Amino acid sequence: MSILVYTESENGKFKKAALEVVSYAKAIADQMGTSVTAVTMNADNAESLGNYGASKVLSIKNEALGNFNAKAYASAIAEAAKQEGSKVVVVSSSADSKYLAPLLAVGLDAGYVSNVVEAPSSTAPFTVKRTAFTNKAFANTEITTDIKIVGLSNNSFGLVESGGTASVEDFAPSLPDSGVNVESVDKATDKVSIADAETVVSGGRGLKGPENWGMIEELAEVLGAATACSKPVSDLGWRPHSEHVGQTGKPVASNLYIAIGISGAIQHLAGINASKVKVVINTDSEAPFFKAADYGIVGDAFEVVPQLIEKLKAFKAENA
Amino acid sequence: MKILVCISHVPDTTSKINFTDGDTKFDTNGVQFVINPNDEFGLTRAMWFKEKQGASVDVVNVGGSETEPTLRKALAIGADSAIRVNTPATDGYAVAKQLASVVKDGGYDLVIAGRESIDYNGGMVPGMLAAMIGANFVTNCISLDVDGTSAKAVREIDGGKETVSTSLPLVIGGQKGLVEESDLRIPNMRGIMMARKKPLTVVEPTDANAETKAVSFEKPAPKGAVKLVDANNIDELVSLLHNEAKVI
Repeated sequence: MSILVYTESENGKFKKAALEVVSYAKAIADQMGTSVTAVTMNADNAESLGNYGASKVLSIKNEALGNFNAKAYASAIAEAAKQEGSKVVVVSSSADSKYLAPLLAVGLDAGYVSNVVEAPSSTAPFTVKRTAFTNKAFANTEITTDIKIVGLSNNSFGLVESGGTASVEDFAPSLPDSGVNVESVDKATDKVSIADAETVVSGGRGLKGPENWGMIEELAEVLGAATACSKPVSDLGWRPHSEHVGQTGKPVASNLYIAIGISGAIQHLAGINASKVKVVINTDSEAPFFKAADYGIVGDAFEVVPQLIEKLKAFKAENA
Repeated sequence: MKILVCISHVPDTTSKINFTDGDTKFDTNGVQFVINPNDEFGLTRAMWFKEKQGASVDVVNVGGSETEPTLRKALAIGADSAIRVNTPATDGYAVAKQLASVVKDGGYDLVIAGRESIDYNGGMVPGMLAAMIGANFVTNCISLDVDGTSAKAVREIDGGKETVSTSLPLVIGGQKGLVEESDLRIPNMRGIMMARKKPLTVVEPTDANAETKAVSFEKPAPKGAVKLVDANNIDELVSLLHNEAKVI
């Protein structure tokens, strides 16, 4: 009956979103008077999940699961859920988790709600709040099936350390024919991805050309942030498509989003609105982004950004 | 190759989002509906398969008669025929179940849906459909090629992309990248005239109970006005981000 949570790792190390979903699962477990069981795939230090509220970890070590495969992962998680008799399964909103969750839902005959932003307002009926209409509204959504799958929006719940310990058990699920085989992965390993980042620094057409991205990257480095861009910038080929954020690009739900030289078209704002604090730097005080932002500087990015980099470096040196 | 493109009928991005009936229903008053952008990229890729590889392309929507203009637009872009499953789209599961029945009846090799709709953003229909019909599945798909029954697809992942090989029958969750925005087609007069004569079949729904239910909606609390910081006072911005917003 425990709450089952799928915890993602990369090269053996848990992603921040994994710790967040465990923290979230613990909150549901407390509401329902049960415990949390985590499923890990080829992760190291599985017992460390105890600190975020897991009391048991089903540790899967299998080379065949070295590359993500939605069908195989969903099948393994379903088997774990059945073994544990779990009525609630929690996953994150990473690209991989959103890929596997619908397969898992069909496998478990479970209702699935994605983009959930809070602990359930009620567990009977089981009701959660999710974003809808591309962040322009919330929908309080009831899951009516016996087994429920909750997809937690990244950065919406935060990490809660409870100082507990977890027992670790080896778990060896049977694996289906995957049907989809990974040929190659093209991923910048030295950079923070937009999905994992707490801060995102994003540049628009106001930067005039790809040669001016040095200061964007430097600002991102100072902040430990991911870099992103607006749609015109990716359409012009100044930056790769994988950096495009907005309605037809990647969604952003960071703690801090800094938009530089981006006017703030409605499609862009729709994709980044879930970010908690938004800063805009733009020469045009009439740019729509100023209506969506928390803090704004009307000014020339080529003057403001280098200063901001210096000030942040000084701030970090002081607060280190 | 028989292709089915799933078309979601969604409010245009610029629509005002409001709710009626005590915040339990989306207010469609004055809202312009369009083909879901993620679906339109898929439809355009499907037209490429039709023109270069002789595929047939049908489009489908699960919804009431109000979605027919959106299906007609897909026909005007070039789809061969349209199917409307005559039942409201209650949740992702119920929609996937209706689509599974259409796919089984039609014997489709490739189903292209959008990675998510821009209204409810569930992102679950293509995956659930694939699981229900036992097809392979790739979502966040930014490139797709089919050769016989083999397929090669590129999927956007967090921080990069991944190339996969798979085979038909296949369900795709498509997005921008399948084709570029500049490849999207605006229906011309001839296309619109032809679309009127193309078949739009209304089929009655199969049994499918929803698994989730939106009980009420709310809008985010109105945001306060932007705090403007002087371009010559960057220290103040750093201080606000640290002390007030607590994000650095």
